[in-house]
Amino acid sequence: MEKDIAYTFQNGNKLIWKEVLKDCLPITAGIVPFGLTCGIMGRTAGFSAFEITFMSMTVFAGAAQFMAIAMINSGIINWGVIVFTTFLINLRHLLMGASLSPYLFKQPRILQYLLAFSMTDESYALTINRIEKKGYDLYYQLGVSFFLYIIWTSSTFLGAVLYQNIPNPLEWGLDFVIPLTFLVLLVPRLANRNALLVALVSALTAVLGALYLPGKWYIILAAVAASIAGGLIEGGRRNEF
Amino acid sequence: MNFKLISVIIGMALATFITRMGAQVIFSSTGMPVWLEKWLKHVPTAFLTALITPAVLLPKGYLDLSFNNSYLLAGIVAAFTAYKTKNVLTTIIVGMAVMIAVSY
Repeated sequence: MEKDIAYTFQNGNKLIWKEVLKDCLPITAGIVPFGLTCGIMGRTAGFSAFEITFMSMTVFAGAAQFMAIAMINSGIINWGVIVFTTFLINLRHLLMGASLSPYLFKQPRILQYLLAFSMTDESYALTINRIEKKGYDLYYQLGVSFFLYIIWTSSTFLGAVLYQNIPNPLEWGLDFVIPLTFLVLLVPRLANRNALLVALVSALTAVLGALYLPGKWYIILAAVAASIAGGLIEGGRRNEF
Repeated sequence: MNFKLISVIIGMALATFITRMGAQVIFSSTGMPVWLEKWLKHVPTAFLTALITPAVLLPKGYLDLSFNNSYLLAGIVAAFTAYKTKNVLTTIIVGMAVMIAVSY
């Protein structure tokens, strides 16, 4: 095992880094406008450049950060309320973490912590795509996660420093780059009837949830409903044999 | 430096970390139950779909199934491009080009 790790470090690294860069660069164009906006919004809400960058460095969760900034901006600085809302918004990570668990269990504890700390929607999506195509690679997940970490923190810092000089970055239209990237990751997964049905249930639930539920609850609801639907179909089918 | 703000940020960081580490902690001693593994297999597909659909169908927060919705048009063309090329960069360029062409 130790030999394996040393081997990967010496020989696999260059190849993995090329793969990480190739997969991360397109989605970076979608993340930078959000990072800049986070910095700008933070300054507008009264954070110093250090404070808002510190938030991106320690929390590293866009949706929760935007929620917290909006709350603080409107005068809600209640520790319990903000921390609990953060927890609720990020509950979807529990599901993502569970789906990666079979691979994460095999890693040393310290790396499990690092990978958990740095797991986002985007790095999760890229990692499961890598698993599907070529299998799990520890250095791929680490590389993707921390590449996006550096992009997120440095664009927050830039936004915070230049906040009076940048016109609203989310109106550049680049925010659509992230769903477009997810689309390329999703389409090849829809190769069989079960997957199509899972996607259909998820799409319907997500739209209904986005219409009637606050915040990011639609993601959790859709993911749970569609996964259970998928599990049930498969269970049912296996009994037929 | 605003210590109240820093303590809020640290609380948020801890809450986020708990959600990201939670699954590994819960199942570290027992292992993943088989029934759970069966439906966790579908999480990636369900999750990706849940992230994409509202971005395309409700880009402004309300359901918009008309041809005035540039995100929907761009999404449909991009889905076709993704199916044909399986290439992220090509899909992004085509998708963005359609969106810009429709918007202006």
